[in-house]
Amino acid sequence: MTREAYHKALKKLEDEVLLMGKMVAHAIRNSVEALQKRDINASKEIIKNDLLINKKRFDIEEQCIALIATQQPMAVDLRTLTSILNIVTDLERMGDHAEGIAKINILMGDAPLIKPLIDIPRMADIGLSMLNTCLKAFVDRDTEMARRLCNEDDQVDALHDQIYRELLVLMMENPRTIHMATYLTWISHNLERIADRVTNIAERVVFMVTGKMEEINVSKY
Amino acid sequence: MMEYEKIKVPEPIVTINDLNLYYGKTKALKEINLDIPKKKITSFIGPSGCGKSTLIRCLNRLNDLVESVTIEGSIRIDGQDVYSPAVDVTELRKKVGMVFQKPNPFPKTIYENVVYGPRVLGINKKSTLDELCENALKKAALWDEVKDRLRVNALDLSGGQQQRICIARAIATEPEIILLDEPCSALDPIATAKIEDMLVELKQDYTVIIVTHNMQQAARISDYTGFFMLGELIEFNVTTDIFTNPREKQTEDYITGRFG
Repeated sequence: MTREAYHKALKKLEDEVLLMGKMVAHAIRNSVEALQKRDINASKEIIKNDLLINKKRFDIEEQCIALIATQQPMAVDLRTLTSILNIVTDLERMGDHAEGIAKINILMGDAPLIKPLIDIPRMADIGLSMLNTCLKAFVDRDTEMARRLCNEDDQVDALHDQIYRELLVLMMENPRTIHMATYLTWISHNLERIADRVTNIAERVVFMVTGKMEEINVSKY
Repeated sequence: MMEYEKIKVPEPIVTINDLNLYYGKTKALKEINLDIPKKKITSFIGPSGCGKSTLIRCLNRLNDLVESVTIEGSIRIDGQDVYSPAVDVTELRKKVGMVFQKPNPFPKTIYENVVYGPRVLGINKKSTLDELCENALKKAALWDEVKDRLRVNALDLSGGQQQRICIARAIATEPEIILLDEPCSALDPIATAKIEDMLVELKQDYTVIIVTHNMQQAARISDYTGFFMLGELIEFNVTTDIFTNPREKQTEDYITGRFG
């Protein structure tokens, strides 16, 4: 193998993307757990840690740009680098969605919940499972896995629909719930967007491997 | 070996079918099938000894000068078989000009270098030669730099200028095809950039075929790229496809530096 230092740098970059993915997964999981426990301090921690995710994104971007400028990557290497630039943007936004959930938890304070949290944690579970599968597909260059996981986005969309309808009914029955119901709709929306972002990453994995841009599963939102 | 399927190119000017070339018993080109499009830049890349220079030397029969060479298959330029006994090799080389790796101007004035070809072809009228010289130097992007010193010895110019003299010399005979065998490998980046800009201009009027070891150069200037290895044409396609999404693993390995 020639150009060893260059290929090592590429590999290191992939490891960094994986690490950033884990950081984001952690933030999403914690944001929903903090919500379930109504733990304001944990939410504050998530907001603080989002800065680390943002920093990681810029670090990875800088490394990509440096490799493009100095190594003139071609073919699969070029596709990997441009895909990474897109993937870290999606991951960073997913981190923001987790931060959004944390902020809503803080806004809700200790006001009583208007309904038990059942579907929201389910949305988070599916989104996280999609993210983990997607990171694995990225590392393994597995396009089949990337395509398959996009189907799960439909479940997240369906749960979002269901939550929205339930909350709408609650708000119509009792306008005093509007405040809390709106917060929960926002949370559901954040989780719905997280799953969409995972499908974006899956599309990049497919592009990275095949060189073809394609939309795999068009979200209804 | 997998049968290589030709890709369709617009207006092929060169058509190569089942070309084999031997140096003695050594097969240096193996079953080459390729169409080269008119008024485009086509580049050939590949490791040393892969046959890319040998191939372009077939196009104006420079390999005739090598004793042990035998050639099978056909090369047609504008439909005419290059290796047919009816072909006048001088006419062929007028139609298919060549520029080499090291600038090789004659030890003569700039003017005499450029009009050398037309003179050999029997043009002697001064006004015609003056006009040919000016046009060729303009096309080679050298006119502004040398117009006041056409009587200076060409060997007094810089390497990059000498190479452009050689390109002007090739253009002066009004060829259809210009072959360039690593024309920038002895030049600095600025001289290289000038030649690259000029080649992109030249494709308005000429078909340019360039052999290069510099993959970035092939990626920057060519419309089509062929990748050769061990005498085989591994892949030929639109340049952007070759460099972003090659079909063959060997191409991928070579251009990403995983080769060897």
